[in-house]
Amino acid sequence: MTVRVSVFAALAALLLLVVIFELIRSRRLHERYAIMWLLTGGVILILAVWRDALGTFSGWVGIAYPPSALFVLASFFILVVLLHYSTVISKLTDENRILAQRIALLESSLQRPGEGVDTR
Amino acid sequence: MAEPVTTATREAANPRLAGLRRLAIVPAYNEAGAIEAVISELRECDPELEIVVVDDGSADATATRAAKAGAVVVRLPFNLGIGGAMQTGYQYAREHGFDLAIQVDGDGQHDPREIAVLIEPILAGEADMAVGSRFAGERRYRAPFARRIGIQLFARVVSLIVRERVTDTTSGFRAVNRRGIALFAVDYPHDYPEVETTVLVHKYRLRMVEVPVAMRTRAAGQSSITVFQSVYYMIKVSLALFVGLFRRYSTRLEEQ
Repeated sequence: MTVRVSVFAALAALLLLVVIFELIRSRRLHERYAIMWLLTGGVILILAVWRDALGTFSGWVGIAYPPSALFVLASFFILVVLLHYSTVISKLTDENRILAQRIALLESSLQRPGEGVDTR
Repeated sequence: MAEPVTTATREAANPRLAGLRRLAIVPAYNEAGAIEAVISELRECDPELEIVVVDDGSADATATRAAKAGAVVVRLPFNLGIGGAMQTGYQYAREHGFDLAIQVDGDGQHDPREIAVLIEPILAGEADMAVGSRFAGERRYRAPFARRIGIQLFARVVSLIVRERVTDTTSGFRAVNRRGIALFAVDYPHDYPEVETTVLVHKYRLRMVEVPVAMRTRAAGQSSITVFQSVYYMIKVSLALFVGLFRRYSTRLEEQ
């Protein structure tokens, strides 16, 4: 029975890896962001194939019940990803504001030709 | 040089240059200390050469100094990275109908006197892109150990992919003709573009040659690459090369 779980978990991880690969190939996901997801897929695959990995890890950090180590890891990872996205959104917001300002200034100078545009 | 090179003597030396509109694309990020020298050197070597400096969101006086030195300055509103900046230069070249575009770094490590050698295969109609290689030919260049390993590794991998010997995939000293300009204006990698563009050019069936050139040490500033960035560089470029193997590219490039 445990073998069956391993097989399904490994298949799910492989499916995730294939989806990520296809997203990069079709240029819907930049390499910059793909690295993190490939790593995630890899870790899931290792946990699925190497049954004792979770137990070994729990032993290292002193967690008595291995499945809870999984939840700790997963929630910490999700937390980090969300934090990362917050920084990305902040950067995009800044860049968006700058673009809007530049376009507005350009437009106003185009409406009054002859004054020239200082592109700073 | 004893006497200044005039347009007449230059075109007498190389009549194929006559009537060819050529553009130097100089991407610059915080290069206020070096940019003026780069521009005046380019001018000196070829007065007919138009120069566009793409200021990639510098925080210093790069843009004003470049403009003062007589270059056209395209100022990006924020830092796009080298790929985005370079592509902006190629879009400028396409919009203004240039026949030849030459990438020259804004830090002074590329010697403008080598441009004549670099563009020779393109003028002869033998190549669509010419890459200035530090390793081809007898002119040897010794990079720091770690960087040399990285450069050689990618040179091997890229040579395998394009089935042709490539010695320097990380060189940013390049020249392209109209076909190359048309390609790079629409398709150019985001960051660390040199290795990927070498493969890209091959995928689109453009002809590439390497030309041995000498490069100088940087005139000002430090190399911008840290250890973390080097690791990211290796992983990102390897991933892009691998995935690129499975992409389909249209072999015919529409002239726009």
